Amino acid sequence: MSLALDRVGLDLHGARLLEDVSFAVEQGEVLAILGPNGAGKSTLLRVLCGEWPATTGTVTFNGRPIQHWRPADKARAMGVLPQDTSLEFPFTVEEVVMLGRTPHRSGQARDRAIVADTLAAVDGGHLRGRIYTRLSGGEKQRVQLARVLAQIWEERDGQHRLLLLDEPTASFDLAHQQLTLDLVRRLAGQGFAVVMVLHDLNMAARCATRMLLLSCGRVWECGPPEAVLTPDNIREVFGVRAVIEANPLTGAPLVIT
Amino acid sequence: MRPLHHRQLLWVLLLALPVVLVLGLLSGAVFVTPGAFIATLGDWLAGGQSRDGLILFAIRLPRLILAALLGLVLAGAGAVMQGLFRNPLADPSLIGVASGASAGAGFVVVFGGALLGGGWLGMSLVALGAFAGGFVAVLLVYRLATTTAGTSVSTMLLAGIAISAMAGALNSLFGFFADNDMLRRISLWQMGSLEGANWQRVGIVAVAALLMAVVLPRQSGALNALLLGESEARHLGVEVEALKRRVILVTAFGVGIAVASSGIVAFVGLMVPHWVRLLIGPDHRHLIPCSLIMGAVFMVVADTLARVLILPAELPTGVITALIGAPFFVSLLIQQRRRGYGGVLP
Repeated sequence: MSLALDRVGLDLHGARLLEDVSFAVEQGEVLAILGPNGAGKSTLLRVLCGEWPATTGTVTFNGRPIQHWRPADKARAMGVLPQDTSLEFPFTVEEVVMLGRTPHRSGQARDRAIVADTLAAVDGGHLRGRIYTRLSGGEKQRVQLARVLAQIWEERDGQHRLLLLDEPTASFDLAHQQLTLDLVRRLAGQGFAVVMVLHDLNMAARCATRMLLLSCGRVWECGPPEAVLTPDNIREVFGVRAVIEANPLTGAPLVIT
Repeated sequence: MRPLHHRQLLWVLLLALPVVLVLGLLSGAVFVTPGAFIATLGDWLAGGQSRDGLILFAIRLPRLILAALLGLVLAGAGAVMQGLFRNPLADPSLIGVASGASAGAGFVVVFGGALLGGGWLGMSLVALGAFAGGFVAVLLVYRLATTTAGTSVSTMLLAGIAISAMAGALNSLFGFFADNDMLRRISLWQMGSLEGANWQRVGIVAVAALLMAVVLPRQSGALNALLLGESEARHLGVEVEALKRRVILVTAFGVGIAVASSGIVAFVGLMVPHWVRLLIGPDHRHLIPCSLIMGAVFMVVADTLARVLILPAELPTGVITALIGAPFFVSLLIQQRRRGYGGVLP
């Protein structure tokens, strides 16, 4: 079990943001967290990675409570891509991706090879020598993804690797959205566990092996895409009438609103 | 893409430092030719007490070394403050060191009265007041910005402004009670001057410089990660709170001592790291060592100019650093922009 949450609740500034959230993610799984604005998706991600300690319940990562991990050890097994990263200093793209190697001491040559690999994986090889601050929003986000991948590109200390992504495709064009989702599935095939917040239900349906639908800080439904993406769930959680068909290209559920 | 490779810059600076030190040694109210310099050096080492020997090695040398160490401390402090605040326009004065030190010095000048003749380890009482004032101001700023959830850098910025304003007001109040002689002393101190350098003072600043040269480069990787943002740095395994505490304490100590020994030398902490960044990029692993040495070179040049520009009189060094530094810096920015490399300014 890579990651397990047991009855997690979070109070912040007197407000109850999460309540009684329990689920587990295994190696090879891609879990998509869905829900309307303010349902607690990003909050849940922050609790998962240990940035915000849960008020009640426990988060366990690779068999150990998340708050017991030494920061550097955790960083070698868990990569987190936030929604947006503001970097105002003129690093080159290669230097930004190299920052992902901060928790490692694997030597310059190895690090460079990994940086080249991860940049290629996000279709960013041609950006290598460019100045980061001058890239477009989508290019920046791809470079950040490469940075997070460089952090956990190799398995270290025999720990299962976990990738947490908050809206990874928000600023991508169509081709790069697909490329990213394919990449995520491929990583899961290599033994990563992936948890990602997504807004686009259809995109989630193409990529996720399981879905977690959040509503007002509680788990509304958790299961395979066919079980979560139902007209009833979508009406009750999002307040939108929808029809579900099979995607003619992939066979995954297709939400039509 | 970048004007210089970091290794090139480091070599240039390492070569430039001895050159400017020797040039500084030779120039002044009495100019010494290189030939005479070598003869004097031989004589001095053999225990001679010639007039030139005294001027070169008892008066100019400690002052030059002090200038180099001060430049190192100020530039190093600026580099890490800019990283910590994730803002290329930050400098140590943001956390209240300078204004706190001014208030401390002003207090001693006005109310120290009869004690003024005293001192400790070659530092005057004014210097001790300045160090205390600067350090207290930083501690206040740090405490105000720290809660159980950690230290908020943006609160620290605001607290720094508030504490600086308060220290400024105190300073004005002391000025109000001061007589003409005291007022002149306060304002001269604030301009920053290396007059009256001696080996004891060099020794004290050397401790601060050594501390910075040892501690700061070790923070490079963590500071690089911090430029991405605090939570990003945490996800990369950086212990952010410990990093902040270390950087702030070392900076406050170093700059406190620098300001205490020589008054407020403006602009070095802001400009030197910024300048280095324009040349070799923002990577702290190279930025910090290059800034430390560039700061030393810059201060030696500025102080030499302060000594020779209006012979036989002498200008306050802090005036020179700003007067020469600012236009040079602006021209550098314009040049970079024309080359299509916008640098750190948005």
